[in-house]
Amino acid sequence: MATQHSRSVARLMMAPAVVLLLGWMLVPLTMTLYFSFKKYLPLRGGDLGWVGFDNYIRFVTSSSFWPSVQATLVIVGGVLAITVVLGVLLALLLDQPMWGQGVVRILVIAPFFVMPTVSALVWKNMFMDPVNGLFAHLWRFFGAEPISWLSEASMPSIVMIVSWQWLPFATLILLTAIQSLDSEQLEAAEMDGAPPLKRFFFIILPHLSRAITIVILIQTIFLLSVFAEIFVTTGGAFGTRTLTYLIYQRVLESQNVGLGSAGGVYAIILANIVAIFLMRIVGKNLDA
Amino acid sequence: MGRIVLEKVSKSFGDVEVIPPLDLEINDGEFVVFVGPSGCGKSTLLRLIAGLEDVSGGRILIDGQDATAVPPAKRGLAMVFQSYALYPHMTVRKNIAFPLRMAGLDKAEQDRRVEQAAEVLNLTDYLDRRPGQLSGGQRQRVAIGRAIVREPAAFLFDEPLSNLDAALRVGMRLEISELHNRLETTMIYVTHDQVEAMTMADKIVVLQAGVIEQVGSPLELYRAPRNKFVAGFIGSPRMNFIEGPEAEKHGAHTIGVRPEHIAASPSEGLWKGTVGVSEHLGSDTFFHVHVDGFAEPMTVRAGGEVGLRHGDTIHLTPEEDKIHRFDAAGLRIA
Ligand SMILES: Nc1ncnc2c1ncn2[C@@H]1O[C@H](COP(=O)(O)OP(=O)(O)O)[C@@H](O)[C@H]1O
Ligand SMILES: [Mg+2]
Repeated sequence: MATQHSRSVARLMMAPAVVLLLGWMLVPLTMTLYFSFKKYLPLRGGDLGWVGFDNYIRFVTSSSFWPSVQATLVIVGGVLAITVVLGVLLALLLDQPMWGQGVVRILVIAPFFVMPTVSALVWKNMFMDPVNGLFAHLWRFFGAEPISWLSEASMPSIVMIVSWQWLPFATLILLTAIQSLDSEQLEAAEMDGAPPLKRFFFIILPHLSRAITIVILIQTIFLLSVFAEIFVTTGGAFGTRTLTYLIYQRVLESQNVGLGSAGGVYAIILANIVAIFLMRIVGKNLDA
Repeated sequence: MGRIVLEKVSKSFGDVEVIPPLDLEINDGEFVVFVGPSGCGKSTLLRLIAGLEDVSGGRILIDGQDATAVPPAKRGLAMVFQSYALYPHMTVRKNIAFPLRMAGLDKAEQDRRVEQAAEVLNLTDYLDRRPGQLSGGQRQRVAIGRAIVREPAAFLFDEPLSNLDAALRVGMRLEISELHNRLETTMIYVTHDQVEAMTMADKIVVLQAGVIEQVGSPLELYRAPRNKFVAGFIGSPRMNFIEGPEAEKHGAHTIGVRPEHIAASPSEGLWKGTVGVSEHLGSDTFFHVHVDGFAEPMTVRAGGEVGLRHGDTIHLTPEEDKIHRFDAAGLRIA
């Protein structure tokens, strides 16, 4: 019974959780905003007073700002494209009845359980090392000159590493979606004269649209703040400095908390722009 | 044209033989109903004809051509699935047009045929809706529409009415029968409901465990069931079976009498018993009668308003010429 009384009791009971959540969000946000209007250099004099929008202007006019935004978008876009396309294909494959299905599925999911730092280190040292890496051996086996992946093809390398981590997530969600497709629909389409490729585009893909939307939304949130993979591989060099990484450098390497905070506010704005874009493009798949 | 012949068609899933080799002829324009209890292989048989399952042995001929290895789309058959299998992301119009689109017909021809089918099925007002916004009966009609536009050699229906409520089912039953009269196309219709079979079929195929028990017109099956299974399956309420001395009097192992072929009287008759449950339907009354010396209670149809109650004594007399006789193996004795 949702009477007036029970509703106000419900509100009272929820209050602690709501307050906690708000605090969790609001305190860091307020502090970021607060510092972004200050000149604050912990090792060089500490709090040097209010400076208005100086930090904001300095952050955007810095020559590293636009490249960092671009790097962020390239990583997000690249990883999304790779994980969604490969995820759909892998899900289709895993949905086929085959021998050892259970084991194969667990193996496919496994990368998701490896910590980002660890997986990036493994990729860096075991696969991409220009002298001892597996790729180097492979290239030499075919008589080619090994590539020093992280310096010569730094962006594709990082996109590859991050995609490898997120592919299981995409595959898992898409696989469950494929399994929920009524097989009679596919049979009906078959009888209606749709060959396999048309069945994929007319029946399977539309059925997956909602799951793909979810994959894109969730991954975007996490991919915007990719950090560990860059930290342990290129350290932000070779054009891989993302917005997150730039902020980290401003705060910790240049010890300029004010400037970094202004960057943080820009990151929030960027995230929201991307979110609005995504909601516009794919969000309509979520209603209905 | 839609003449379908099955020659020694069989189907096994792994080691399990679901359909032992079976022969069947379906003539052009016939309304054939496959009827049998759940799990007897009706759907499997239909899917074999459709090409959705591969036969384990035998041949399927469609209009004289060997279609055993022909893919489903090329057999010229249209199927209506139990779940309707509509494409949820497409409008009704697109759903119905889908087979035409796949066949590469031009847009104007697609529209013409869709409009025509919509007219026949009373769907004109719903063409721009999605399947999710339709009632069960309307979805059913969209599924039929999608089948009609292809102008197939034969329609295959797999329990198309089992998801509808009782009233709608009667209505759709009539609509499908009318459609058949109008199109005069072969229809193969699968159901577990013998009432649907009796009311719609030109020819009924009774199946049990993948084996054809009898093929015939509804009245043939009603009048002369080939064995006890068919006798019990066709007709509602089901036939009463009596074994023992009473059957031996007729020179049979078992005799069967339909509830409508027994006269009930409070005072005199061949068999004496007591009334158990009585079901009053208004037009008819069904008595469950415990007859002295019979193992199982008998069902008897009496006129609408017979004044007998639970526990009353009742006398039953079967119509002699309507008694069916079966031997120990359950086969009819002519
Ligand atoms: N794909 C399959 N694999 C294994 N057994 C199946 C398969 N399809 C159907 N069967 C079995 O075949 C029998 C007949 O099934 P079905 O044709 O669906 O029966 P009905 O439609 O008459 O209820 C059932 O015992 C069922 O378990
Ligand atoms: Mg079935």
